[in-house]
Amino acid sequence: MTGHAEKAAAFAANESRTHWHDESLWFVRVKRDRQAASIPEWEALREAASAIKTHTLSRLADYLEEFERNATANGIHVHWARDAAEHNAIVHQILASHNVTRLVKSKSMLTEECHLNPYLEARGIEVTDTDLGERIVQLRKEPPSHIVLPAIHLKKEDIGELFHIELGTEKGASDPKYLTEAARGHLRSKFMEAQAGLTGVNFAVAETGGVVVCTNEGNADMGTSLPPLHIACMGMEKLIPRAEDLAVFLRLLARSGTGQPVTTYTSHFNGPLPGGEMHVVIVDNGRSRILGQPTFRSSLGCIRCGACMNTCPVYRRSGGYSYGYIVPGPIGSILAPQRDPEKYASLPFASSLCGSCTDVCPVKIDLHQQLLAFRKKLVDLKVVPLQKRLGMAGLGFVLSRPWLYRMSGSLLRAVMPVLPRGLVYGAWNRWGVQRELPAMPKESFRDLIGKELS
Amino acid sequence: MPSVGLFIPCYVDQLYPQVGLATLRILRRLGFNVEFPPEQTCCGQPMANSGCDAAARPLAERFLAIFGKYDHVVAPSGSCVSMVRNHYDHWLHGKPRFEHLRDNTFELCEYLTGVVKVTKIDGDFPFKVGLQMSCHGLRELRLARSSEQMTAPYNKVRQLLSQLRGIEIVDLLRPDECCGFGGAFAVDEEAVSCLMGRDRIEDHARAGAEVIVGYDMSCLMHLDGLIRRAERAQRVMHVAEILEKAQLA
Amino acid sequence: MSSRNAILDSLRKSVVPPASRPAPMIGTRYADPLKQFEETLTAVGGRLVRGGDLASLDVYANAPKVASLVPGVPSRNVDLHAIQDPHELDGVDVAVIPGEFGVAENGAVWVPGEILAPHRAIFVIAQHLILVVPSDQIVDNLHQAYERIQWRPNSFGILISGPSKTADIEQSLVMGAHGARSCTVILVAQ
Ligand code: SF4
Repeated sequence: MTGHAEKAAAFAANESRTHWHDESLWFVRVKRDRQAASIPEWEALREAASAIKTHTLSRLADYLEEFERNATANGIHVHWARDAAEHNAIVHQILASHNVTRLVKSKSMLTEECHLNPYLEARGIEVTDTDLGERIVQLRKEPPSHIVLPAIHLKKEDIGELFHIELGTEKGASDPKYLTEAARGHLRSKFMEAQAGLTGVNFAVAETGGVVVCTNEGNADMGTSLPPLHIACMGMEKLIPRAEDLAVFLRLLARSGTGQPVTTYTSHFNGPLPGGEMHVVIVDNGRSRILGQPTFRSSLGCIRCGACMNTCPVYRRSGGYSYGYIVPGPIGSILAPQRDPEKYASLPFASSLCGSCTDVCPVKIDLHQQLLAFRKKLVDLKVVPLQKRLGMAGLGFVLSRPWLYRMSGSLLRAVMPVLPRGLVYGAWNRWGVQRELPAMPKESFRDLIGKELS
Repeated sequence: MPSVGLFIPCYVDQLYPQVGLATLRILRRLGFNVEFPPEQTCCGQPMANSGCDAAARPLAERFLAIFGKYDHVVAPSGSCVSMVRNHYDHWLHGKPRFEHLRDNTFELCEYLTGVVKVTKIDGDFPFKVGLQMSCHGLRELRLARSSEQMTAPYNKVRQLLSQLRGIEIVDLLRPDECCGFGGAFAVDEEAVSCLMGRDRIEDHARAGAEVIVGYDMSCLMHLDGLIRRAERAQRVMHVAEILEKAQLA
Repeated sequence: MSSRNAILDSLRKSVVPPASRPAPMIGTRYADPLKQFEETLTAVGGRLVRGGDLASLDVYANAPKVASLVPGVPSRNVDLHAIQDPHELDGVDVAVIPGEFGVAENGAVWVPGEILAPHRAIFVIAQHLILVVPSDQIVDNLHQAYERIQWRPNSFGILISGPSKTADIEQSLVMGAHGARSCTVILVAQ
């Protein structure tokens, strides 16, 4: 099984494209910096966001019940799903009971996590992702490569070619304005035909019993104001206690994610369309297990802004697909192995632990510390390659014995310089593929200190 | 004068003895009674960062036994100091002298600026310098404000170096992006690691840096390895090697 | 056991240390909130017009089909109340909608759902959007905004900041993804 490193190497092999990918995301990071700097109380805001999430998680069950009560009073049908299968079945059952065959969807990482689209398609429902980036990857039959910028890995020429085949745009046309206009026309007809709209949830408010959805395109609003049936799917960690808390999170979300002061549309759904129906599906799917783990609990506070991806020097140079999980980057590298430690064992190691993610995260999740903690967990679970575990044990053995350490050091410094280059830079030497080894000094510091002090 | 235990990380001891000597000389010239306990080896970071706690823990215990007796412990490395300060807790919590050790282990630059409170630096370094703000020193020891943080800017390394005559500290496009070393990451994720390193070198070069200066030889070893392979003109230097040539007061 | 109870049970089984709610935030105030509102709105691709005559606005004057919810501003070739099905709103060129207040820090305008009756879709389906906001109703930041908003049961409300947009193709910003291609905010004296 190939892990992150192999897929990352394949991505990075195309160096100019990797640099382009890196620059595109760095540009978003720079926009984030500018927006964050415009708020003098930025750090206090992060602190508040983190505290609200910590508080909410400390009594999540109570707040979920409060939400359910108030949502029900608003005329919203509330459903509970233990896992992805139950979530998919609930959504399908709602759609089937309304004879829906055409569904429009706005962005929802949860439904990606649950693989809802193929489930519904197999049951005869046409599902159209309506966020432009998501529509692009859907037409390419690919998953999103980023949670906020789903098509960030594609060049406009790739999209021009795709639209030429799928939407009949002019061959060779790649102007983003022209392509966006074509998508607008195409998706508007999908909106006109849809019998139901499904959205994700950015925030669910216990106090009001409503959900808040943020988009720039307006696709969530099109999808929920034309057809009478609205289904909103949420991971249960999306809950916040009060409407006033929205201010804290909304001030952070778009600034952190895309470097905008706020998304264009921030829609508050506290009930169905007049004469329509609204359903909210609350999903666990492993979240309650994370709640029980003190080290990783705060990862449930994630508001899916994508900032940790944009800032991650590894993500920028390895692309979303190198992670092999629907949420890539630092946060994905913690969430994925929660789901399947063996399958995603390489992800916590796909980081230099630089900590940029931790400093950028609007809810102050200590991402790089959790990546490190997950490494330990994976070693304890014995899903880290034996070779690595033995190597580290051996190193520890040497380093805890000063005489052995001194001897190994001297040996290394004496032998390396006299070995033929071909041997030193042989296949065993991963360091030396692109890098020189340091020049080996004759004497170590401890050899020299006596002279120095005398 | 407080007693100072000199902590020279294993790879500095073996591969960069001149950095250890420079650190020793700086501290001795400031009048400190510096001791180098010879039983020291390694802080355990390579094992801990790989998740192999069982292999790392005995080294943490050794470290406490060796260094617990000093008033201060000083090392020319941000990441090794961060290991002691930020990652020993769960093994050594409650052990005698541990809290003292944790709170009194310093990276050289923070020691000079924060504890010794060096205010005057007299010396020359007529070069264009790019600072490589290695991540653990930056974001775990807070040697400077990171570019992500929206607080008042400061930089303890710049504070020291900027007093040198002739020095020009250049502005990088990405002031604190990771160099890609990352310990075992450098070989586990060789492709991305090297690309990150080359991108850093390019950023320093674009800004006109002749010398890349940092406080972690590990990161500099990685950059230097890439520079030499590509036969580029830049040099890397540890901040101690530069300060050693100046008068500190 | 129902899934609901199973989930709530498993959540309650986790021992999570209590943590209190943080104190409410105050948030940045601006010396001139109106100026800040204009700057931010412009930066997000919108346009501010201070007072003046609607008829002098190109986007309004030349539009064949105008749906207005602002008292005193006539609709043109659209009768919102005669329309049964919101799908028939496809093709409306301009929607003129009253906003309750603006937010200086992000250029957003709060539109309560009741204002949008009889068809909520109007704000997003129209090709262009004109929001009419009283000039003395500009708050500094979102904290103040949420202090003001009245939550009615079974309701809808929206913050709109500039025109619909996307940057999903190579990070190039394009206005008019699905919703309004332009967003003009007209400040009117009360
Ligand atoms: S972990 Fe933090 S930075 Fe990353 S997506 Fe979630 S909220 Fe954003």
